[in-house]
Amino acid sequence: MRLGLSANEAYLLILAGLVLFSAAATAYGQWLLGHASDGAKQQRIAIVNSRVRASWSLILIFAVAFALGQPGLLVVFAFSSFLALREFIALTPTKASDHWALVIAFYAVIPIQYLLIGFDQYQIFSLFIPVYVFLLLPVLMALRQDTERYLERVAKVQWGLMISVFCVSHAGAIMALEVPRFQSSGQLLLLFFLLVVYFSDLLEVMASALLGGTPLRSNANKTRKGVFAGGLGAVLIGASLWWLTPFRFWQAILMSGAIVVAGFMGGLVLSSVKRSLGARRWDTEIVLTRGALDRLDSLIFAAPVFYQLTVFFFL
Amino acid sequence: MFDSFKLLTPIVWLTRLLVGAYPQWIGCAPAATQRIYFANHTSHMDTVVLWAALPRALRANTRPVAAKDYWDKGALKRRIAIDELNVVLIDRNRDDPSHDPLDPLRDALSSGFSLIIFPEGTRSAQALPGPFKSGLYHLGREFPSVELVPVYLENLHRSMPKGELLPVPTMCSVRFGKPVQMAEGESKEGFLSRARAAVIALSRA
Repeated sequence: MRLGLSANEAYLLILAGLVLFSAAATAYGQWLLGHASDGAKQQRIAIVNSRVRASWSLILIFAVAFALGQPGLLVVFAFSSFLALREFIALTPTKASDHWALVIAFYAVIPIQYLLIGFDQYQIFSLFIPVYVFLLLPVLMALRQDTERYLERVAKVQWGLMISVFCVSHAGAIMALEVPRFQSSGQLLLLFFLLVVYFSDLLEVMASALLGGTPLRSNANKTRKGVFAGGLGAVLIGASLWWLTPFRFWQAILMSGAIVVAGFMGGLVLSSVKRSLGARRWDTEIVLTRGALDRLDSLIFAAPVFYQLTVFFFL
Repeated sequence: MFDSFKLLTPIVWLTRLLVGAYPQWIGCAPAATQRIYFANHTSHMDTVVLWAALPRALRANTRPVAAKDYWDKGALKRRIAIDELNVVLIDRNRDDPSHDPLDPLRDALSSGFSLIIFPEGTRSAQALPGPFKSGLYHLGREFPSVELVPVYLENLHRSMPKGELLPVPTMCSVRFGKPVQMAEGESKEGFLSRARAAVIALSRA
């Protein structure tokens, strides 16, 4: 560990910093909201505040990862996968004949994927859903002999699993990476990764609210200017955390950049997915979707990208 | 007999985890008024889901009406039905013709409980309800002060289609509509089709 700290000290330092940041930002956001003059401004502040509030769930994840170690973290991410898949399937027009495939997806695939990570089966964990489940699901669905929109239904369930289980589970796998360079650890790497993911989203929304401009088609809360400025800010935050990681300073910049870009792409792709699954619900009052996918969207693409890059270059 | 101070029971937690059961109060607000909630019926989970969508204070005073031949079988089902949901069991078989199956419902209404009923009488394969049985009409006539609230359970038919054992997790919403008033001298058929139309209208809300 650089800066003369032990891994645990560094972790707790960052955690304490984040708690202070969240408390201050939450309080300041509330104060701003109370003093905002017009409705449009209030709305912009409320959107930023909702992102600030998300930092508390980040703190919870960090605390769990620290106190309970990887098993606790995996339970948290398995639960997130469950909520995301639940949301994905709720939006997808499945049929009664898909029932068994869906039962398997929820009650077998999710636990198996996370158990594989928990028991260090890294070869199988990265193949399980893209290969084994990919072969098993269409068989299960073909056995029901319902060929109406068959390929479409199989593809949607597979996509749901890739997005909400395969991709999300990589975040849990980061913690198990053994990266001894510069006395870093998987735990610190996870901290680095999640902080960059979180701040890229927060800063993009904040910069969009401050700088204005035309909203993106994929996300009405972000503007092009805001995304550039916020993304740059997140890269700077990532770079300033270089001492946590097994990366050199310039490598930390590139890795943060990869996370920010992948996170943005994830948001873009998921917004297209949601629109194609039924934009009606997303434009009007959202009741069916309590936003599990929305909250995870930047993590979903960034996690496998960051994991693979780290494995490829630093392991 | 039941404990209104009970925290969220495991069954409510489990229901929310599995299928969401998010309430949407469209045509009325949650209130302690005595009510009959009537809904479309597509799965075994309907009873629990509608009940779990109510605020806790109302749950304590609301009893689902459930078929005796299904819920009175097996220790687990009976425990859920009697201890948790405090159901009113209704005898669908009618072995004794002089015995009116609506009597237990009348008793519950007279003692001030709200009821949850599924007026189709059985589960249907589609989301939209089939024709209603007449029980709702009779109860509405005999208890004019009780509000008749239409409810639409969205998405639940996908979670547990008829004949399947395990529910697939999904997110369903429970939509509460505007109470249906019975008009003076309204015919049974007229009222029942109007009540059914009120549930169907909620499916498009």
